[in-house]
Amino acid sequence: MSQWVINGIRAGIKTTAFPARPETAAGTTPGLPVGGDYPANKINSLISRCPTRVFSDSDGQVLVDRRRCIHCSRCVRDAEPPVNWEQTYEWGTVRDGQRAFGQPFERSIHICVVDAGDCGACLNEVKQLNNPYYNMHRLGFFITPTPRHADVLLVVGPVTDHMKFALKKVYDAMPTPKRVVAVGACALSGGVFAESFVCARGAPDVLPVDVEIPGNPPPPLAILHGLLVATGRKAPATWARSNPMKA
Amino acid sequence: MNRTELKAEIAQRWPGKVQCRSESGSVCEVTCARAALPELCGRLFLEWNFSFAGLIVEEGASEWHLCYAFYGEGDAGWVHVLVTAPLTEKTFPSVVKFVHAADWHEREAEDLYGLVFEGHPRLGDFILHDDAWQEGVEPMRHRFDAQAAIRHRKPQEDWRPRRIVQESGAFVMPVGPKFSGVTESVHFLLETVGEDVIRSTPRLFYKWRAIEKLAEGKSPDEVLLLAERFAATTAFAHGLAFCQAVENICGVGAPPRARTLRMFLAELERLRHHAGAIQEICESTALAVANAHAGICEEELLRISCELAGHRYLFGMLALGGLLCDLPNDACAKALEKAQKVLTELNALEKHLRVSSSFLDRLEEVGIVPERTAMVYGLLGPIARASGVVRDLRRAQPYLGYENFQFDVPGEQEGDGYARLRILFAEARQSVRIMEQAVAALTGGNVRDPLRLRAGAALGWVEAPRGGAFHWVRLDAEGKVARYRIIPPSFANWHGFHLSVEKFAFQDFPIMLSTFDLSVAENDR
Repeated sequence: MSQWVINGIRAGIKTTAFPARPETAAGTTPGLPVGGDYPANKINSLISRCPTRVFSDSDGQVLVDRRRCIHCSRCVRDAEPPVNWEQTYEWGTVRDGQRAFGQPFERSIHICVVDAGDCGACLNEVKQLNNPYYNMHRLGFFITPTPRHADVLLVVGPVTDHMKFALKKVYDAMPTPKRVVAVGACALSGGVFAESFVCARGAPDVLPVDVEIPGNPPPPLAILHGLLVATGRKAPATWARSNPMKA
Repeated sequence: MNRTELKAEIAQRWPGKVQCRSESGSVCEVTCARAALPELCGRLFLEWNFSFAGLIVEEGASEWHLCYAFYGEGDAGWVHVLVTAPLTEKTFPSVVKFVHAADWHEREAEDLYGLVFEGHPRLGDFILHDDAWQEGVEPMRHRFDAQAAIRHRKPQEDWRPRRIVQESGAFVMPVGPKFSGVTESVHFLLETVGEDVIRSTPRLFYKWRAIEKLAEGKSPDEVLLLAERFAATTAFAHGLAFCQAVENICGVGAPPRARTLRMFLAELERLRHHAGAIQEICESTALAVANAHAGICEEELLRISCELAGHRYLFGMLALGGLLCDLPNDACAKALEKAQKVLTELNALEKHLRVSSSFLDRLEEVGIVPERTAMVYGLLGPIARASGVVRDLRRAQPYLGYENFQFDVPGEQEGDGYARLRILFAEARQSVRIMEQAVAALTGGNVRDPLRLRAGAALGWVEAPRGGAFHWVRLDAEGKVARYRIIPPSFANWHGFHLSVEKFAFQDFPIMLSTFDLSVAENDR
């Protein structure tokens, strides 16, 4: 047994400096398109290249609805010229008309995770929050299996027909005050599954969503940021205010 | 049994009833009268050493087309047993008496197409849950109208799961669909009289997204997004299987450089998936340091994938006819070097786990699946190989040029949790070995050839990290997808999961779940 202790010490500290300082390691985020300037005669072909209608044209500027992006990379790898892309991860935003927790929840929250039809990626990224690189416990975030102890409901997946009832039941079982955090493009808008007759168009169809974390899947750092936004410890993504988009 | 022997055997046994119709490449199409179907499938599966890939149902203009796909080793190739019947006829003989692996395939066809399989011990309540939908919805039929189906919805309000154990003192422990911390949604009905699980009935398809229906009428380019995203922990493998199916229809493969890069990425994904599976096993046994170590390995590999391909789960790399973008040789070499370092870590972890008796006690002789049962249930991938059914599509029916690469297909005999863990470690080593050869074999040239879509149907197959994945695609004259059938490995392995749980103690349930390495998203489609 002592050998495991030695192994643990030998591995050293791996935990990210985020949120105190930005994380700079490679490969922690796939990034998101940022839009901006684009040749006027090619905007239309860019807009039609995107399968989830992320882009729109506003007087020669490309506007980006990041909530819909599914990281298919076609606007970068298969469009000429490639669209501007940014390797950020602070993506959490507060949904219009909703709010984050106030001061009483700054220190610690318990999170109940419901898989409502997720492809496995978002769930796997949520799971990574427990590995030594992200170690969400240091920030006072704990996963709880029961909704009775939960402050935050974390929803992944587009909300399938069969999961709708279970999801509502979990939400109803949570004590107030409570907040709902939707993780990933599918939970925000249905993603690629939106047209399916057994899928809702994301969690907002079923529950009052407070905090949104885009990405397909959002990397662990983005989920951490979203949770920090939900507790009021971090400001929402800056682009959310400077570049408002249609719902 | 090779092709010639098979033909001779069929001609002798079923003169006039079964014909080897046509042959293209490695596929032998056998048309079969309905009466001869169960015996033919049974002999292929039980006697002639063919594995069952899946049942593909298609609704033609006036006829049902059922295709039972089998594959053997090397020369034996693929055998597609075809049965047709007019659309008014909805009854077919069930093959499950001989091919137990087809059990869930027939139940699925019953739920989605309204077909009846005579002789199938029907259990009902499968894909469409009875407490949500009435019988006779048949969503995969062309005439299906989603709006009308939703309008006339009649859920069975008083539906209760069926209890099977009738002993006195028996009780049921319902688990899920939301259970534990971060888990996929699935329901288990564990029946017990005390310590041991006597009967476990998983209830799946809470996450059914009707991908196969969704894909119909879309262009292959759009469907590729679905193929990548329905089970994203093995996204590349499924995307690859879909691309290969479309490329098989069009009769062109990807250019050589793209093939090697695809292989490199597929093996990187396997390595990452196995690291994740090992982490889950460590977590289920509550071995905190090992859990952290395996977690570090998985995160490292996710970062390597993202640095190389721009996405942690390798989305957006595949394109029909090759890859969406080229990867520089030195970036691949760098990724390989980092992956080798992770493998060193994994090897060290295995060495330590091997001598941790508290860990081994919880895995050894737990959740045993004997070889015969694994074969009969048609289990796939690492689970089957841990039970002695050593078949790997990369070796049995090579694609991407795997036949030119040196690697071993590890196998074990015990079929317990520990054997499954050893397989994961051994396969991780083989993946790095293939990645090394792939980097050395990288040639110049383009990575994407333009694809001229044409009407037709073909199967694409890939040895995904969890086992064989089969994607059947039919394109219509306009190049749109007319039928898309996904047969993921977890569909086969979930079918056999109850085997490992029964007769074992309750507290071992999470361990068996983790060693079985199942994906609900993959199964639920």
